Amino acid sequence: MTLTRRHILAALPLTGAAALGLGFQHILSSMKTGQFDPRAIRTSGEAVPQFPPLSPLPGLKGTIEGIECTSLTQQNKPILLNFWASWCIPCVTELPLLSALAPSLTLWGIAYKDRPERASAFLTRNGQPFERVGQDKDGTAAIEWGVTGVPESILILPGGHVVWHHRAALTHEVITHDLLPLLRPFL
Amino acid sequence: MRFFHSFFLTVLLLSPAASYAVDDPKELLPNPQQEQEAEQIGQQLRCLVCQNESIEESSAPLARDLRKIVRQQLTQGRQKSDILAWMSHRYGNFIQLKPVFNSETALLWLMPFLALGSACALSYRLWFKRPMQARSLQDTALKKD
Repeated sequence: MTLTRRHILAALPLTGAAALGLGFQHILSSMKTGQFDPRAIRTSGEAVPQFPPLSPLPGLKGTIEGIECTSLTQQNKPILLNFWASWCIPCVTELPLLSALAPSLTLWGIAYKDRPERASAFLTRNGQPFERVGQDKDGTAAIEWGVTGVPESILILPGGHVVWHHRAALTHEVITHDLLPLLRPFL
Repeated sequence: MRFFHSFFLTVLLLSPAASYAVDDPKELLPNPQQEQEAEQIGQQLRCLVCQNESIEESSAPLARDLRKIVRQQLTQGRQKSDILAWMSHRYGNFIQLKPVFNSETALLWLMPFLALGSACALSYRLWFKRPMQARSLQDTALKKD
């Protein structure tokens, strides 16, 4: 059978459909492996957003400061900002990982939509890895940060550059594959 | 009985399809025109913690917070485009249920035109070129005679 123009024309839509299928497959598989996230927001060193100052969480050991825009941009070390809540179950499993990170990385916590007494009891019970803890009682600061829920972690490099926003609980894999490579110049 | 069935079906079909998840009537703006505009904007914003619902349809706490912000900004006199830009700046383009046109989404938006254009070109070739070919063959056949 010779290859005529008609055969080529008939093959065109088929190859088109196949290419489309391969494209979808590529998107779905890279979504599974975490290489592609349609929800990802571009965090390529944007400035820290303007958020209302967050008052410190009372009831913790030592003097804990709150979190404001200016104190975040004036740092000369990287800071991992972690949104959490006492009512959040993944936060309980995430806390030991944060505690393991605490000696080498400064952690600032934000208690999201939480009552101060419950939030401080949560940290006293499960460990307190944060240098500062602010309260975001109504979630307005979270919206300025583009946070959709808890837990979420954001890495801010010196000068107030947001370079990473992780919209789930931290895991060993996420820390080693995504977070540590960004921190390498500062360790 | 059949009449009632068809009656209810008609009523169901005619009733507005979209149902809004306004939990609290206090959420609504006093100005009905502004409220309508707020609903229109809210319908274009994806509830990020739900499965393909707009913030206007969802009763998730985050959707409620974002609805509140849309209404606040509208009463401050901000435009729809400003509010959508405000949301995208914080939550990325994914928050817009209707994708914005940029280099990443150009193929998505242009695909219908590309497909239609190539289909037209193809059918033009198939319908107009072939009879001419056939005629020329006939001509040569006639000449041979």
